[in-house]
Amino acid sequence: MNDLSQALAAATHLVVSADANLLVIVSRSLQVSFAAVLIAAAIGLPAGAILATTRIPGRQAVVALLNALMGLPPVVVGLLVYLLLSRAGPLGELGLLFTPTAMIIAQAVLITPIVAALSRQVIEDAWREYEEQLRSLGAGTMAAAITLLWDTRFALATVVLAGFGRAAAEVGAVMIVGGNIDGVTRVMTTAIALETSKGDLPLALALGIVLVAIILSVNLLAHWVKLIAQRHYG
Amino acid sequence: MLPLKLEALGFAAGGREIIKSITCEIHSGTRTVILGPNGAGKSVLMRLCHGLLQPTAGLVTWMQEGAIRRVRRQAMVFQRPVMLRRSAMGNVIYALKLAGIAAEESRLRAEDVLEAVGLANVATRPARVLSGGEQQRLALARAWALGPEVLFLDEPTANLDPNATRDIESIISAIHASGTKIIMTTHSLGQARRLGDEILFLSDGQLVERASVEIFFRQPQSLEAIAFLRGELP
Repeated sequence: MNDLSQALAAATHLVVSADANLLVIVSRSLQVSFAAVLIAAAIGLPAGAILATTRIPGRQAVVALLNALMGLPPVVVGLLVYLLLSRAGPLGELGLLFTPTAMIIAQAVLITPIVAALSRQVIEDAWREYEEQLRSLGAGTMAAAITLLWDTRFALATVVLAGFGRAAAEVGAVMIVGGNIDGVTRVMTTAIALETSKGDLPLALALGIVLVAIILSVNLLAHWVKLIAQRHYG
Repeated sequence: MLPLKLEALGFAAGGREIIKSITCEIHSGTRTVILGPNGAGKSVLMRLCHGLLQPTAGLVTWMQEGAIRRVRRQAMVFQRPVMLRRSAMGNVIYALKLAGIAAEESRLRAEDVLEAVGLANVATRPARVLSGGEQQRLALARAWALGPEVLFLDEPTANLDPNATRDIESIISAIHASGTKIIMTTHSLGQARRLGDEILFLSDGQLVERASVEIFFRQPQSLEAIAFLRGELP
């Protein structure tokens, strides 16, 4: 108990004094997860919209697969991206392994199915309501998909933020492809794992506090965006 | 594009015949009211005419089929108005944009039509927070702005109170007066009398009687229509 309170006091000091080491780790974390969520949104949102509005054969299979991919274990994603990027792998020549780019790729692979599957659900619900009206107005599949993306923008914002939360909290994939190199690929989650095993509890705890604070604020933001939008736009 | 010709038109879904071999011609000028008990197939018939459903038997043909492809010459207003998450004005402009109308022209038309339905004062309000009656007026405005040759209305006042219903009926009259062919369904006999010129009476998916409003209400010919009028009149 004494250990914990001592660690907590030291951790609080690190956070309050904006410890340089802490800041490097936190900003690298945000950078990687932010880039990953951008990629995931750029691919996942249109994919979700198209999947929701088209009636192609095999659609149900794709939807089921996508839903299953939401539960993809991060370590396995890390392993696959590692194999792709390692010296002997097909993309080995790019020399991306153990760089922040590799971590971005791994996280993007991890959360793109999440963004696509959740947005597919959101957009399909809206499509059910809008379909006849939009078709009556002469909207083709493409125009309908774009309209639905725009009309569900607030719900989709929460989808994207959920993806961000998942990326930022994930440890297995970035550990494998990033390598947890100090000052280069060390992010909050990998640092927490390392510092805990080394016994540097204050730094681990400080990072834990920041991580939890970020995840909580992202979720609160998501909730708040939806609430305000609902009140304003109905 | 009128007359609209239905030739042995049939529609079946889930092993049930909803529309059974309807043949008729619908001409311009008159206001056509499709009347019949619940489940007679009124809404389905209208969706077949509008092109939202594909017939499983027979044909729906308009004059000058080619012209329809080029410009949207028909519009539909649904029982439940579907409003996009943008302003009232934005909803009208959206429809015009889909119809390929230039931005400047769209704005002018939207202003005119919102004025005509008495919504000029709420033009900038989000459409989905308007009252039910206002939303239905906006749906009419959105359809009217397209300058359709034919306007389909599916139970346009089913969810509205008497005041809102009166507003909607006077707008429908104004749209008719502006030269648009009105084809509507209703379950209100009063509304059929007020707004209709001719009645198409459906029962169990069949067109059992067609007559002017005056004759239909005075001397219905079919047993089904007699029973319907007797049962439904207050």
